[in-house]
Amino acid sequence: MISARLRKTFPTRPDSAPFSLELEFQAAAGVTVLFGPSGSGKTLTLDLIAGFMRADEGRILLDDEILFDRAAGVHLAPQARNCGYVFQNYALFPHMTLRQNLEFAAERRPRLERHRRVNEMLEKFRLVDAAGRRPHEVSGGQRQRCSIARALIGEPKLLLFDEPAQGLDAPLRAEFYEVLRQVRADFETPMLLVTHDLDECFELGEEMLVLRHGRLVQNGTPAAIFEQPANVDVARLLGIFNLIPAEIRSLDPGRNTSKVQMGEHELDGPYFPGHLKGDRVTVCVRPERLTALARNGKPGVNQIPAQLERTIERPQWMRLEFAGGIAVDLTRPDYERVRDTKDWMIEFPRESLRVL
Amino acid sequence: MQIDWFPLWLSLRVAFVSTAVAFVVGLWLAYILANREFHGKEVLDAAITLPLVLPPTVLGYYLLVLLAGNSPLGKLWENIFGSPLVFTWKAAVVAALLHSLPLLVKSARAALESVDRSLERAARNLGASEWRLFWRVTLPLARRSVLAAVALAFARSLGDFGVTLMVAGNIPGRTQTAAVAIYDAYEAGNTMVARTLVLVISAIALLILTLANRLNPRGA
Repeated sequence: MISARLRKTFPTRPDSAPFSLELEFQAAAGVTVLFGPSGSGKTLTLDLIAGFMRADEGRILLDDEILFDRAAGVHLAPQARNCGYVFQNYALFPHMTLRQNLEFAAERRPRLERHRRVNEMLEKFRLVDAAGRRPHEVSGGQRQRCSIARALIGEPKLLLFDEPAQGLDAPLRAEFYEVLRQVRADFETPMLLVTHDLDECFELGEEMLVLRHGRLVQNGTPAAIFEQPANVDVARLLGIFNLIPAEIRSLDPGRNTSKVQMGEHELDGPYFPGHLKGDRVTVCVRPERLTALARNGKPGVNQIPAQLERTIERPQWMRLEFAGGIAVDLTRPDYERVRDTKDWMIEFPRESLRVL
Repeated sequence: MQIDWFPLWLSLRVAFVSTAVAFVVGLWLAYILANREFHGKEVLDAAITLPLVLPPTVLGYYLLVLLAGNSPLGKLWENIFGSPLVFTWKAAVVAALLHSLPLLVKSARAALESVDRSLERAARNLGASEWRLFWRVTLPLARRSVLAAVALAFARSLGDFGVTLMVAGNIPGRTQTAAVAIYDAYEAGNTMVARTLVLVISAIALLILTLANRLNPRGA
């Protein structure tokens, strides 16, 4: 269990804008993803926890051990923190073989045990054949597994990953996810993983912390955050939402219904707790929850006529972009059924509507 | 005509000792400059570089004031080693150091700073002490550039003239280094001796600098 309260401020410099991180979170065993755009403070958070930098204020607690406490004047050296760190570029020592890289990390153990432990890790991470070679002589997958093995060899109480899959091609990425799932099953430590890749959040994350401008804007499971982003900013970060200005016309908690005015159209939606009649809101709907269909006669309930502007082909589905900035994702078979349509309607299923 | 090779051997001996001292002290200074943040860091760097730009007479003057038999440092030296420092070959070492040390510190600092910081972070994260980090990671990775810096410092130590003349003097067979001997021979009209020493010194320096270039990763 790691719990951290951190504040770190960087004043304005000629070459950079001011930045401040203010963050409080806890993470239990399993993978917690730190998600956010670049410059949101994700890597800084890892560096503060690993002790490469010192926070201005706050406290970091790993299990029962205080790693940092400003008030008490505690700031353990990185050497004393027992956090495994998998660096963005792996940071394997280029002048050592893979085996020597692992031995370097195990050096504080007694000689015999060190030897046994290094061999064990080489086997576990399928590195036996490559053990005698240096990082630049082995494959990307082996480098990656070696960096994870090296981080694990000291039996850390916390694992930190800084965008470990960035810049990897699809097969390596899949291999990395596999390795990480294995690690998660074998080691009962919290794992913090920094990424700005949404697929990665879903692939690996049990918990997700969304960061923006150095602040925590939402946390929860990836699915829950995706289902109900906390605000327009989060929705934008997740990057896949139709965000349409609207006004709430009526709310009925008893029947779990509402009416929302969107431009000249009125839509039926579910009850929105915490909102009032007359609120100006942003309707937020995922493109794959909408349907586009041919217009025959008068539009029905929650159907609005729309002008198709362009179609974008994706591997699994088609994205239809309509005037007014509404996007609809259709599976290929669904698209085939309506592809010759001239006159379009968009249907907003009642339960798909979210307001922010 | 008989050539006295003593000045050349003395020059080589002075260069070896001065480079050895410069290596130990210079590497330490380079490490401090590359890794520590403190007030006056750039002033220290400038002070170390200063001998490269000051006239040899100025440096010689400072050294004489600092190391002469009646100065505190000079007295300390005499108490420990039983004989004065100035006008011995050891003073020539100090003179050579004034130029080899800044060269070594400058290049070694750049070499240490060029090592990927994430590797140093990784080493710390894996529990390595600063000492082990330096000897096992930073220095091996900067090895070629540091060796090139050592070669450069050696070449420079070989050729000092002005400061050496002022603090070690020109005592044939005792403190007369090759550079001083060349001047002496030329003044006395021994062109053959001067020419031979000039050629030998140039050849050695050329050899060392070629070696330094080959060592330097940027030159390879």
